[in-house]
Amino acid sequence: MHKASLAAAFGLAAVFASGNAWAGKDLDAIKARGNLICGVPTGIAGFASADSQGKWTGLDVDVCRAVSASLFGDSEKVKYVPLTSQQRFTALQSGEVDMLSNNTTATLTRDTALGLDFTAITYYDGQGFMVPKKLGVKSAKELNGATVCVAPGTTTELNLADYFRANKMSFKPVVIEKVEEIRAAFFSGRCDVYTTDSSGLYATRAANVPAPLKPDDFVVLPEIISKEPLAPAVRHGDQQFADIVRWTQYAMLEAEEYGISSKTVDEMLKSENPTIKRILGVTPGMGKALGVDEKWVYNIVKQVGNYGESFERNVGSGSILKIDRGLNRLWTKGGLQYAEPIR
Amino acid sequence: MAVESIGSQQHPKIAPWNDPVIRGWVFQVVVVGLVGLLAWYLVSNTVENLARQKIASGYAYLSHEAGFEIGDSMISYSPADTYARAILVGMLNTLKVAVLGIILSTILGTLIGIGRLSPNWLLAKICESYVEAFRNVPLLLWLFLFYKIISEAFPGPRQAISFLGSIFLSNRGLYFPVPAANPVHAWMGLGLLVAIAAAFAVHRWGRKRQEATGEPFPSIWTGAGLIVGVPLLIWLAGGAPHQMSWPALRGFNFVGGTVIQPEFTALLLGLVVYTSAFIAEIVRSGILALNKGQSEAAAALGLSRAQAMRLVLLPQALRLIVPPMTSQYLNITKNSSLAIAIGYPDLVASVNVTINQTGQAIENIVIIMVAYLSVSLSISAFMNWYNKRIALRER
Repeated sequence: MHKASLAAAFGLAAVFASGNAWAGKDLDAIKARGNLICGVPTGIAGFASADSQGKWTGLDVDVCRAVSASLFGDSEKVKYVPLTSQQRFTALQSGEVDMLSNNTTATLTRDTALGLDFTAITYYDGQGFMVPKKLGVKSAKELNGATVCVAPGTTTELNLADYFRANKMSFKPVVIEKVEEIRAAFFSGRCDVYTTDSSGLYATRAANVPAPLKPDDFVVLPEIISKEPLAPAVRHGDQQFADIVRWTQYAMLEAEEYGISSKTVDEMLKSENPTIKRILGVTPGMGKALGVDEKWVYNIVKQVGNYGESFERNVGSGSILKIDRGLNRLWTKGGLQYAEPIR
Repeated sequence: MAVESIGSQQHPKIAPWNDPVIRGWVFQVVVVGLVGLLAWYLVSNTVENLARQKIASGYAYLSHEAGFEIGDSMISYSPADTYARAILVGMLNTLKVAVLGIILSTILGTLIGIGRLSPNWLLAKICESYVEAFRNVPLLLWLFLFYKIISEAFPGPRQAISFLGSIFLSNRGLYFPVPAANPVHAWMGLGLLVAIAAAFAVHRWGRKRQEATGEPFPSIWTGAGLIVGVPLLIWLAGGAPHQMSWPALRGFNFVGGTVIQPEFTALLLGLVVYTSAFIAEIVRSGILALNKGQSEAAAALGLSRAQAMRLVLLPQALRLIVPPMTSQYLNITKNSSLAIAIGYPDLVASVNVTINQTGQAIENIVIIMVAYLSVSLSISAFMNWYNKRIALRER
């Protein structure tokens, strides 16, 4: 009895030990599962929001769709997991999601101590301030003593404290985790100022101002107090998957640069330009090197569009946000979006 | 033990695997071993995975600069302070709301519970509706409701409702004047503690004397006099500093005075009304469990209803009330972590931000667990001691 129990105990331990929780290759797991689990924001108009049918749209969502198109040839094989700014890193670290496309700023700490890898930058953003017009504030330098609504656990919170310290001003934070609640606190007048990335400010002003207030009752102050390069993130440990996420973004930029859009992509298959032939897989090799189908860029552009199309549709002139391309123009047009070449 | 060994000697010798004592030991060793193996597996697996993903571990971050601001703090705090201090600020905020919540919900709950037993039909029905309304809706919803009422219904700071030109009520909270900081205050606080101790001592002495001689002593009034008088004397001796700090609107907000913030008010209000509904039922059940003869005997002795309640019924009911009350006190402490939904900077809020900045979830969750565990165990220990003290002593 005694021996048998002990043997059973060790046997059980051996089973546990061999069933190690670390899966090894994320990519294999995604392929075996047949869909991509993508962590997105809980609701930022233009970046990630679900409509009444539960269909997700937005710039962040398009990144997930494009990765799905690279992996499976189908942009709809994505399961979206809405995550607050506090939940997202733990969710990625623990394997609950395969990747984050979550308006996440790439920083050194996150890249190292949090065990993440940021891929290519999808949106160059910066932190700003929004105030009610009736306060008559013209500059962030006038905000001494203000009450500021801010979401916790973000670089936003740290930039805010740094900015006020650097300018020898004081403030009182009101910190609520859910973005809907923090917006409600701002619009009810609990705070004088709402701060987040300026893209988020424009999105909030365009889509979330409760009646009878109007978007024009609020102004975004001119100061941008931080660099916020937003990028998708994956876990440390699977370089191949990280490569696919990174090159998917580059592919959307390259497509825009060479004039390949969802409307022209079929025509472009007949192009004689060697670069376009290489990008679209007419000349094979790129897909194989990356470990995906040779028609990966074709699938991305056909189903999701190039970067410019995605930008205009979600946050640019084709949307309610009407955000100027600004820093997010292609490098050929004076912006910062500069893709490594597909060759 | 001795009886057992004599007993087992009288039995015919049995095989060790049939011996219940040996069997019992073996099973216990196996169970402990399995639990130990499971814990070892989980810990070693976690450590290995963290190392493999190059995620930092350990508690070194506690002495690093926190960098984030906290909206409500009992001690001085700035973003230049350490994570350890930020977590301490959160801990103190949790304790503040828990202690006040326990005191207020006990008072309110006891009144409502007694009110439900009142012969006055209207009062009894009002108390009954209170209990049914507040305990049957989840606490989180009450918190949202109170927070919305405060932040939506009250005007902005520039249109604040003002009382006597020195107290201001707005959606930024309730601002009121306080005495300007002065070293005499610390001595007054010390004097207050001494006076409270003295009041207890006088009360004990008075009761002993009454038991011995039958002569009552007005220990309540003496105690009240001590508690008010001693700090007052110290204040007078310290030169009666009467400099006040007045709140005044400057720029966006009020400056000076002190403030009770909406987040704190909403949380305290929610915890108190919700928990007092449960406490009212505990108090009522404690009183109803007493033999009807007790109140009849008290009436026969000529005690008024209030006297009967205070001197005869409540002391006996207390024995039934205290154990379930302990659970309610623990609930208040733990429910205060719902603060996160309405932005009160409690322990969980501080630690959550720390997790996000440092990425060290496991270490920080351990901090939260240890903190709540020690607070809860302290409450339990105190209540168990109190329960033992008031328990019926059979002679």
